[in-house]
Amino acid sequence: MSIVVKIEEKLYQNRYIVDESRPHIRIRSEAECKTCTSQACTVCCPAACYSKNEAGTVTLVTDGCLECGTCRVICQDKENIQWDYPRGGYGISYKFG
Amino acid sequence: MVEKFDAIVIGAGPSGNAAAYTLAKQGLSVLQLERGEYPGAKNVQGGIMYAAELEKIIPDFRDDCPTERHIIEQRIWLLGDDNYIGTNYRSDAFNTETPNRYTIIRANIDKWFSEKIREAGGLQICETTVTELIHDAAGKVIGVRTDREGGEIHADVVIMADGVNALLAKRSGYQKELAPENVALAVKEILFIDPELIQQRFGLKGDEGVVIEIMGKVTKGMVGTAFLYTNKESLTIGIGCLISDFKQGSVPPYKMLEDLKNHPVIKPLIEGAEMKEYAAHMIPEGGYKAVPQLFGDGWMVVGDAAHFNNAAHREGSNLAMASGRMAAETVAELKKAGKPFSAANLAAYKARLDDSFVMKDLKKYLNLPGIMHENKQFFGAYPDTLTAAAHNWFTVDSVDKRTKEKEIMKSFVKKRSVLGLVGDAIKLVRAVR
Repeated sequence: MSIVVKIEEKLYQNRYIVDESRPHIRIRSEAECKTCTSQACTVCCPAACYSKNEAGTVTLVTDGCLECGTCRVICQDKENIQWDYPRGGYGISYKFG
Repeated sequence: MVEKFDAIVIGAGPSGNAAAYTLAKQGLSVLQLERGEYPGAKNVQGGIMYAAELEKIIPDFRDDCPTERHIIEQRIWLLGDDNYIGTNYRSDAFNTETPNRYTIIRANIDKWFSEKIREAGGLQICETTVTELIHDAAGKVIGVRTDREGGEIHADVVIMADGVNALLAKRSGYQKELAPENVALAVKEILFIDPELIQQRFGLKGDEGVVIEIMGKVTKGMVGTAFLYTNKESLTIGIGCLISDFKQGSVPPYKMLEDLKNHPVIKPLIEGAEMKEYAAHMIPEGGYKAVPQLFGDGWMVVGDAAHFNNAAHREGSNLAMASGRMAAETVAELKKAGKPFSAANLAAYKARLDDSFVMKDLKKYLNLPGIMHENKQFFGAYPDTLTAAAHNWFTVDSVDKRTKEKEIMKSFVKKRSVLGLVGDAIKLVRAVR
C-alpha cells in the first residue's frame, strides 16, 4: 500500500514569520530550468517549495521554506538558484528544533 | 561612530554559544548575533547531547539545564521491509548522578545557554542576519555588516558559527560550495505523547530514556540513517540521506519519513502521538577531507560551518561545543598576551583541534564517507539478506539446521559473490579501524 503524504499538513504545524513579497530565494533563469532534465529541486526540497509547471519550467514558492540549503547544493552546477537567508527575525521559527 | 568589540560571534547554536560564553567568562567584550526570532529558532538537532563537552564549559550545567531523558539504552536496528534485526545495550549503570548522554529538545537548550551567556556578560542580539564580513585593505577581517540599518559593527576577531550553509565563509572565498556527496539532508518530526505510554512502550521509569539508531530498507538503498528518540513527553523521529542520492532518486524526503513512521516495526511505538513540528536541516558528512580552512587574518570558523561532524558515531554538537570553546580560548590567550589576531597567531586554534578528539576522530574515519558513498550494498542488499537470514534461522520448521545454514550462506553469495563479501569486509575494516 502506498502512503500518500500531504506536505501542507506537516508545514501547517510550523511557525513562520513571513516577509511579505520579499522571497529570500530566487530562480535566476526560467529558461535554464527548461534545459534541466532532472529538475531534482522538485523532488529534494523537504518543504516542496519547487513544483514543475505546464510551461516546462519550475515554480518556486518560498513560504514553507525550512532554510536547509538543499536546493542550492543540488543546483550548484547550473548556479540557477540565488539563495540567501531571510531578513533577521523572518522565516521559519522552530519551537522545538 | 561604528561600535567595536573584542570579538563577534555569528550564530547561537552549540558552537557559537560555547565560544561566546567562554569569551565572556574570560572578560572579553563579546557580541553574539543571531538571525532567528530567539536563540534556537533556526536550529535543528536529533537530538542527543553528550555531557562531557558541555561540562567542560559549564561544570554545573545539570543544576538547571533543561535536558529531556538520560539515556540508559542504545538500540541499533537494521530494518527490512516488515522486520528488523538489531542489537540493544541497556545498563542500570547509566542511572548515575552525572549521566553521559541526554536526549534534548534543541530550542530549550539554546535558550538556556543564551541566558548563561548574558549572565556572564556577553551581549546577544537576535533577529539580525549578518550579510557579509568586512575586510580592510590588507584582507584582514575587521567586522561584519548586518541587515539592520547602520548595521556595521567592528571587532578584533570574528568567529563564524553560522551553521552548515556557511554562507559568510563562502562569500569571502574561504570555502567552496558543499559537494552533494559530502552533505546529508535530514527531516524529522516531534510527536507528543503521554509520558506513561513512553515508559510502557520502552520499559522505562522516571527520566530514563532509549535511543534507536536505524539503518536499512527505510532509506530505499540510499546512503543514510534514521532515528527514534524518547523525550520526556514526546518522541522525535527522523531520517536523512546524502543529497547526492536524493538528487538521483525520485523519493521526496517527507515521503521517506512518512514511510518510516508507517513501518510495521516503528508504527506501534509512535501510535497515538500528535505531530507538533516538522523540521529539515543539512548535516555535514564529508568528514576529515571536507574540513575547510579554519582560520585567517581576523577570523575563525567553528561547528557545522567548519564541517565538524562525526557521522560514524553520530556526534556533532559535542564537536561543535569543543571547537567553539577552543576558538575562544585561543582568542583569550592572544588577548592576554597582547598579540594581534593574525592568521599566524590564530593557527594555535588549529593546533588545539588537531590535539583533541575533534580532529583525531575525524581523521580515524577519513575514508569512511567515500566508501559508504561508493558501496550502496551496505544500504540495500545487506539489510535484505540479513533479515531474510534471521527469518529463516528463527522459523522452526522441519528443515534441519545444517541445510538452513547452507541456504543462508547461499543467499549471501548470491547477492554479493564470495569475492564481493570478502571485499566488503575488508572495506569496512579499513574504513573504521
